[in-house]
Amino acid sequence: MVEHSIYPKDMEMVITTNQVNFYYGPTQALFDISLLIPAKHVTALIGPSGCGKSTFLRCLNRMNDTIPHSRVIGNIFINQKNIYAPGTDVVELRKEVGMVFQKSNPFPKSIFDNVAYGPRIHGEKDHNRLTEIVEQSLQQAAIWDEVKDRLHANAMGLSGGQQQRLCIARALAVGPKILLMDEPASALDPKSTTRIEDLIGELRNNYTIVIVTHNMQQAARVSDYTAFFYEGQLIECDATPKIFTNPRQKQTEDYITGRFG
Amino acid sequence: MNNTADKFITLSLRLITYAIVVVIGYILFDIIKNGISALNWQFVSTFPRRSGAEGGIFPAIVGTFYLVVGTIAICLPLGIGGAIYLAEYADQGKFNSLIRLAIITLAGVPSIVFGLFGLGIFVLFCGFGPSIMAGSLTLACMVLPTIIVASEESLRAVPKGFRDASLALGATKWEMIRTNILPYSLSGMITGSILGIGRAAGETAPILLTVAAFYLPRLPKSVFDQVMALPYHLYILATQHPEADRIRNMQYGTALILLLLVLGLSLGAILIRTHFRKKFRW
Repeated sequence: MVEHSIYPKDMEMVITTNQVNFYYGPTQALFDISLLIPAKHVTALIGPSGCGKSTFLRCLNRMNDTIPHSRVIGNIFINQKNIYAPGTDVVELRKEVGMVFQKSNPFPKSIFDNVAYGPRIHGEKDHNRLTEIVEQSLQQAAIWDEVKDRLHANAMGLSGGQQQRLCIARALAVGPKILLMDEPASALDPKSTTRIEDLIGELRNNYTIVIVTHNMQQAARVSDYTAFFYEGQLIECDATPKIFTNPRQKQTEDYITGRFG
Repeated sequence: MNNTADKFITLSLRLITYAIVVVIGYILFDIIKNGISALNWQFVSTFPRRSGAEGGIFPAIVGTFYLVVGTIAICLPLGIGGAIYLAEYADQGKFNSLIRLAIITLAGVPSIVFGLFGLGIFVLFCGFGPSIMAGSLTLACMVLPTIIVASEESLRAVPKGFRDASLALGATKWEMIRTNILPYSLSGMITGSILGIGRAAGETAPILLTVAAFYLPRLPKSVFDQVMALPYHLYILATQHPEADRIRNMQYGTALILLLLVLGLSLGAILIRTHFRKKFRW
């Protein structure tokens, strides 16, 4: 059920998924997911553990390709291009669609080398240009002031919250248009969580953000649209205030009022 | 009651551990005590005289050194390459299990069988003759399982997060391996490999049939020459020499040098590991 009606008429859609089914071997994890994701807005994917929201997120940059015996049936269009069409350049796709993981995963390299990693593998060799990208990305991720004096220190020395913002900077350095976030704050303390949420609020002006979260308050705080997943199905997608005040589906209401999950 | 039992177990385990140390300590003590008198500059720098009853063991040291270098040169790329394939590329299916079974079996093959294999394949079939080439290849076959297992373990020890992050930034699989897996696993690979090679350096059976000479008046000129080697020299001095009873100090001296060489290799491995551990910590 593609629900155009929930979006304003002239809104630009960056991601369109059309009856996406996903299988881990014989186990089906996603059932006919059809969802529209608007440009330069935050879309939150919520639902209980194992509902398929992370699996769906990982379909959007084809990170699931690395899982043996997994299969996708259906179409996902990003900027009108079917990313599962044969001959799709996964490297180009992942330059377009950045990802931030649940557990912050900086490389055991310097802060500079972490952020420069993406541009370097994509062929940027000019040191001045790299320096520029690194500074810009760190600033966008709101961590520049904290690390500008120790860019060549090992990133493992940063706190958990700083590491996560560094990972966001690292993802931004490649120049994506879309940012996928897989429970980016679930391993962080409340203060660091607030900083990440503030950061998402700033990034939404320039990026399309899809965020998976366990935390419903977080979804309510940071997102414009919320999609509720349950047992591999997309139950409902609507403007966030609507989902949290007046959902159309009974299951959504049960979930957000804490009756299960 | 439980407390007493616990104390008893602790004490027993401790004594067992000490017993192991005592055995190793005694071997070291015995070799050092009896061998130290033979050690001097002449011993390590001159050729043997009277079939090794007098003179030094210089050519055997050189020979073993060449064999170690040759073995490293052959088995390191093969072993690490194989491990990368198994850990990163191969499907975890039936064929993979079969390869693993083959590797474990290879590790259990007696060294004399490797010697015979080397004689058949490298010396005779390939026509290398008894040579550094044939000997190194044989030793390489022998340590390959150790290197593959050690390398694969250290590849798998690299956290999944690094892999995911690399791929998500648009790295190809090989870029990911080259930039974010190998640098962190290389120290473990090299350490494991050197320890394996250290063991091979002391083996007699594989080189007996493929490279080792009882006596050579000159040093090898190419990889297709024979060499003397420490373990084989020791074997001759201790069991085949007509004056075996009267040249104990030569035997112990050779044993001590061999031991120092292997300890040196292990020490090198430890140094490499600590260096890299400091460099990459997570």
